[in-house]
Amino acid sequence: MAEELLRVENLEKHFPITRGVIFQKEIGRVRAVDGVSFTVEKGETLGVVGESGCGKSTMARCIMRLLDPTGGKVIFNGQDITTIKGNDLMKVRRELMMVFQDPYASLNARKRVGSIIGEALEVHKIGTPKENRARVQELLDVVGLNPEHYNRFPHEFSGGQRQRIGVARALAIRPKLIVCDEPVSALDVSVQAQILNLLKQLQRDFDLTYVFIAHDLDVVRHISDNVAVMYLGKIVETAPGAALYERPRHPYTGALLSAVPIPNPDVARARKPVVLEGDVPSPINPPSACRFHTRCPRFQPGHCDVEEPRLESKDGGNRAACHYPLESWPLADLRLPADRVTAGT
Amino acid sequence: MALLEVRDLKTAFKTDDGIVQAVDGLSFTVEKGRTVAIVGESGCGKSVTCLSIMGLNPRQNTVTSGEAIFKDRDLLKLRPEEMRRVRGNEISMIFQDPMTSLNPVHTIGRQLREAVTLHESVGKQAAHRRALEMVKAVGIPRAETRLDDYPHQFSGGMRQRVMIAMALINNPDLLIADEPTTALDVTTQAQILNLMNQLQRDFGSAIILITHDLGVVAETADDVLVMYAAEAIEQGGYGDIFYRPRHPYTWGLLSSLPRLAQGTELKPIPGAPPSLLRPPPGCRFHLRCPYAFDRCRTDVPPLQPAPDKPDHLDACHLDEAAKQRGAEEILGRITVGTP
Repeated sequence: MAEELLRVENLEKHFPITRGVIFQKEIGRVRAVDGVSFTVEKGETLGVVGESGCGKSTMARCIMRLLDPTGGKVIFNGQDITTIKGNDLMKVRRELMMVFQDPYASLNARKRVGSIIGEALEVHKIGTPKENRARVQELLDVVGLNPEHYNRFPHEFSGGQRQRIGVARALAIRPKLIVCDEPVSALDVSVQAQILNLLKQLQRDFDLTYVFIAHDLDVVRHISDNVAVMYLGKIVETAPGAALYERPRHPYTGALLSAVPIPNPDVARARKPVVLEGDVPSPINPPSACRFHTRCPRFQPGHCDVEEPRLESKDGGNRAACHYPLESWPLADLRLPADRVTAGT
Repeated sequence: MALLEVRDLKTAFKTDDGIVQAVDGLSFTVEKGRTVAIVGESGCGKSVTCLSIMGLNPRQNTVTSGEAIFKDRDLLKLRPEEMRRVRGNEISMIFQDPMTSLNPVHTIGRQLREAVTLHESVGKQAAHRRALEMVKAVGIPRAETRLDDYPHQFSGGMRQRVMIAMALINNPDLLIADEPTTALDVTTQAQILNLMNQLQRDFGSAIILITHDLGVVAETADDVLVMYAAEAIEQGGYGDIFYRPRHPYTWGLLSSLPRLAQGTELKPIPGAPPSLLRPPPGCRFHLRCPYAFDRCRTDVPPLQPAPDKPDHLDACHLDEAAKQRGAEEILGRITVGTP
């Protein structure tokens, strides 16, 4: 069995909403991440999908300890890193890196590429300046950029090239885990494919583990070994990549999958997508019990809004948090068949 | 007769670094009730094409030539005040970013009423009724009360619905949608695309849809125009583009899609699009094209019809056999292959 690298247990991040200037009174909280658990094994990629506002990025930042979780645990490489500080945290940060979404905003425009990539080496006091320069040039080469561009500024590069710089920066200190927060969403398809291939190749070459966050289901499928689907701060379904896409159990996963446009006109026009009504509810006052019940085509009053479903394996397959998982896939209609209605339990 | 006929459209911007030819000789027609999709990477001139047709490019430092015949009038030659009567009335536009294209200091009711009263001499009451009707038609719940809300009180998807309501409020003959769903989540995107299709059926408008998402094209377009570096490199019906693509750039776009390349390695197009300040000589795609040969580096390939299909055009020097082989190879590798 492969070695476990990251374990997240019941992770919670609530942001307080306060009123008052001097005496700040908490009047509510945004439950951005509300009880998320998963494990990531060494060398694998966990894909996290969900709509905007579902807490994907907050979760990533909690794992990186860029935000302090308000509850739960993050265990990295056997060590509980949820509350560590100072030198201990510094040591862990040598093994955790992040690639950000926006290649335009995540690189300091006033710094040269060489010092952007080499900054982590300096912070962690690794190597002499000369060694670091060689290392940075090697990294530029690894990510497919010209090592002679060491002294250029970010604005001299295109979006795809900048994202390569972001990847090189993440690789500099040879981390074990890289959290990629929407690394390709801002890029054109052809460039997106270049970056995806690069990430896959680097994973093979350097034995990296990824937590890969994206809203594009096709991209996540392509790169992930396991996929977790998030909705309003919770994981609603998790499974090995292919299993999730070929046989989703949670109605939300089903709705997401059927909403993805298929780049094949005949197939796209033959099917009837399940269109979810309305918007994602506010995480300040999330719906009771199953959070998806306000939009769910299978909602059973008296059950789904009273008893919270547990994330558990459905007939030996994917783990899904639903009382009425999908019977089969593809389904023309996500609604619950009449013979399965057991209302009022 | 076509609703809009664009002939040899050219738009250039004068900049400090030189002249940027952002659109270079584009011709296409939009028929009544049909959807034309313009696809391409960022910076290829998709948006500028539409802004040129709408006369929305900055007056200074922009040179536009060619023709855009809309109902027997050349839009490019209309005086500004004539164009203002067309805009928002006969042709309207939905912009990409619903956050920035609504005025934050006016209620959406007021903004919708303004769209009506600008083009018709109707009273406030009548305008209000039209606004209410449209807001209901685009599926915004509690329409009566929401008209008094400000844009920040709406979610992204709802704002895009407001934009669509505003664009359709005067029953335009042509709707130009510039990446209408790019800023939205997939479930919201599905709602909006559905809505646009349904409204097109109900109102019979023609749509020009600008997008970089081939999935959205496959779902909605009748005709497709693939642009690269300010030029059209392939155009035809949706079946031509997806099942019989003839240009190596279209092949590259298709094989970059993770959805189609399931289980196999993605084959991205190497490199990045060229600068339009100094486009490469010959075929503009030759620097990134795995099939390029000597002639591609010197001669500009003309946009020519396929031998068996006069309305499927492509601009490539490859001979017929090579195009067939290339298309077969690509379609064999990706799952779109079976029509």
